[in-house]
Amino acid sequence: MDLNLKVWRQKNATEKGALKDYAIKEVSPDSSFLEMLDLLNDQLIESGEDPVAFDHDCREGICGSCSLYVNGEAHGPSRAITTCQLHMRSFKDGDTIYIEPFRAKAFPVIKDLVVDRSSFDRIQQAGGFISVNTSGNTQDANALPIPKADADKAFDAATCIGCGACVATCKNASAMLFVSAKVSQFSLLPQGKVEAKSRALNMVHQMDLEGFGNCTNTGACEVECPKGISLENIARLNREFLGATITEG
Amino acid sequence: MAVLDSKTPAGPIDKKWTQHKNDINVVNPANKRLIDVIVVGTGLAGASAAATLAELGYKVKAFCYQDSPRRAHSIAAQGGINAAKNYQGDNDSTYRLFYDTVKGGDYRSRESNVYRLAEVSANIIDQCVAQGVPFAREYGGLLDNRSFGGVLVSRTFYAKGQTGQQLLLGAYSAMNRQIGMGRIEQFNRHEMLDVVVVDGKARGIIARDLVSGKIERHGAHAVLICSGGYGNVFFLSTNAMGSNVTAAWKIHKRGAYFANPCYTQIHPTCIPRSGEHQSKLTLMSESLRNDGRIWVPAKKEDAEAIRTGKLKPTDLKEEDRDYYLERRYPSFGNLVPRDVASRAAKERCDAGFGVNKTGEAVYLDFDAAITRYGHEKALVDGIHDASEQKIRELGEAVIESKYGNLFQMYEKIVDQNPYKTPMMIYPAVHYTMGGVWVDYNLMTTIPGCYALGEANFSDHGANRLGASALMQGLADGYFVIPYTIGDYLGDEIRTGPIPTDSPEFDAAEKEVTGQLNKLLGIQGKHSVDHFHKRLGKVMWDKVGMARNAKGLNEAIEEIKQIRKEFWEDVRIPGSSNELNPELEKAGRVADFLELGELFARDALERNESCGGHFREESQTEEGEALRDDKNFSYVAAWEYTGEPSKAILHKEELEFKDIELKQRSYK
Repeated sequence: MDLNLKVWRQKNATEKGALKDYAIKEVSPDSSFLEMLDLLNDQLIESGEDPVAFDHDCREGICGSCSLYVNGEAHGPSRAITTCQLHMRSFKDGDTIYIEPFRAKAFPVIKDLVVDRSSFDRIQQAGGFISVNTSGNTQDANALPIPKADADKAFDAATCIGCGACVATCKNASAMLFVSAKVSQFSLLPQGKVEAKSRALNMVHQMDLEGFGNCTNTGACEVECPKGISLENIARLNREFLGATITEG
Repeated sequence: MAVLDSKTPAGPIDKKWTQHKNDINVVNPANKRLIDVIVVGTGLAGASAAATLAELGYKVKAFCYQDSPRRAHSIAAQGGINAAKNYQGDNDSTYRLFYDTVKGGDYRSRESNVYRLAEVSANIIDQCVAQGVPFAREYGGLLDNRSFGGVLVSRTFYAKGQTGQQLLLGAYSAMNRQIGMGRIEQFNRHEMLDVVVVDGKARGIIARDLVSGKIERHGAHAVLICSGGYGNVFFLSTNAMGSNVTAAWKIHKRGAYFANPCYTQIHPTCIPRSGEHQSKLTLMSESLRNDGRIWVPAKKEDAEAIRTGKLKPTDLKEEDRDYYLERRYPSFGNLVPRDVASRAAKERCDAGFGVNKTGEAVYLDFDAAITRYGHEKALVDGIHDASEQKIRELGEAVIESKYGNLFQMYEKIVDQNPYKTPMMIYPAVHYTMGGVWVDYNLMTTIPGCYALGEANFSDHGANRLGASALMQGLADGYFVIPYTIGDYLGDEIRTGPIPTDSPEFDAAEKEVTGQLNKLLGIQGKHSVDHFHKRLGKVMWDKVGMARNAKGLNEAIEEIKQIRKEFWEDVRIPGSSNELNPELEKAGRVADFLELGELFARDALERNESCGGHFREESQTEEGEALRDDKNFSYVAAWEYTGEPSKAILHKEELEFKDIELKQRSYK
């Protein structure tokens, strides 16, 4: 299939960027979206132009490296997948495709389609852990039964890949879904309950410092999340945060 | 040459580790604060090592090329992690895990290391649960287990098909706690481009900031290489796009021996390749073999009709299907080890029974499991007159709860619904058992330089069993290196900070800059990928699932030729002082082009079949791998001398005192 691409090009963080047109021919419908970009880059390199920089690594939807706003949607038109899992069969011959970086104040562009998501790491560093040393001298793993339903819910929250689609999609560029996923995972497990309050307070505080917006419960994040992280988690975060504010705040 | 001392402690195998821990140095907490440790790579091995060393009080600097430590490729491990907990009461034990791992590795691993791995395995599960890893549980609230290939017990702990993700995020959270306290300094989007050796000891690294392009010097008292495997030498593999051998190869060039490079795991259950555009291959977890049955059409004409689209797999009657693993290996069936399953698939496809358009695929069928689980679930739910459709529905829901994300992944890539039609799978490069040679302390032949996880060679012999990689990565990082590193660092407490303005740092930086400028200066005609793909094709065709002397000799010459052309004709746009992904790739492929040659040489030298290394010259009448213990019961540790295939071979003889060497059989 032949396609017209409109790709965001930006030399570095300080220079202004713009959409640039590229025509690309003979794309296999079985190739992935990123393989289509590989093909474009091969053509650009062989013709002496600068290839398009984009983040990617595992190419199987789990590392969270790939991002991209494709035709105005985070990770493109399909649901519950990342851009690397998007295949060209989702498009038609002759289509025009807009490719832009994830945009948010807390995700500054580094180059072209590559953005800086280190704000996510800093939120995790503020409280996304259980304070237990890795000595191995803990109690036996089966000493504390955990109801399967709680363990499953904790797992569902823990599957967040930290890609930032929730932020990019949100009209407020809020990171609530991301933060709530980690807070929920731990607050659902007995091991995490001990520090639940300080965790919620610290992570929300860091989220605010990083310049993410507030949550107005529009729910776009849940729709675009490639891992289907549920809005329920935001409700749980609100509960944890409010409770913590009253007793500790 | 006394360097190949494995430092294996004396005494009975089940006492070695305890005794060793008693004998090694301990550094007092105040002194630990004076010692810098560099960790390269933040997968399971690197992240767990960085976190634990920081908790102990060492000053840690951790480096990863990704934009966050959480993205290291351990994240993609699917099926599970082994531990000898014996929660199922199926007669598992430390000894059985040790035995299975040594046998699974086809008797080419170091006994003492494997025993230690089995010994600490149970602790890993305790640790991970304590740090909030949400493993799968049964309704009673206790941890669930499943089976993996090559063993007869259920010892694998899992979190759906995302076990690696959950374990890595656990280690990442432990790291985050230390980063938050300032005990780990984290360097994202940084790549190590050389190790600096001063007076024979590893004293730091040269790294490139991938965003600014700035070359940086970092001094330390010890350097830990936790940079994973080198499967991407095949271009197509299940590794991440950025996975590379550079850190391991650079230390090799500075004196670290590289062991058994030819031991590669070709994983049997990967999604088959679809065309030339393909940039990587995707694994379907081995755990699927718990419930999936592997087959090809029994008649060639049916296989042919399926390939041309005239026949659907679901049309074939039971008697027209060849469940070849169940036929050939009745006692292990679909759960034979990976090397055996891969070769059996290749054998059927080479014989003309393969499916998919390419003829390079076999079926992995869940139909029987869906019906079985459906019946069970109907009974549990009290439905006694369930229709066939209801049973399927219930059965599919059970399969979904076990493997949902894998089925979804498959459907997205292949565009077929695996609940309704069998999956197609084919072997692909997945893991490298070979790696940097290390002693019992995980130290390489460069004092002060260690290698952990997939980057080292020690635990999996010639074939790794499923769910053992996660176990090894975390064992090395959480429970081995924190003890063994003390033995070396105990003598470093008076050294003081390592200066980075020494002539050695000057020289290393100059070399790094020189290589970057040289690469940029070539301005030839072809992209880096062009050369990488050519290398991959030679590796797959001649150094892949079946190898012979003629092919290996050709491969060595062809790889040399591709390397020569690469250095004359590669085209890298842009400059070195900006984010330049092509320049990063070029450096990695340059190293693969050297490693590939040594890899082929190692495969040539080892004129026996063992585990994943199959020499056509050495097989049984039934086509099974035939070891030659008399001549090849050793670790091949290669010393770099300039030309990769001219490396000097050092042998570490393998001693098996606690396990009897036998022809491996899964029949």
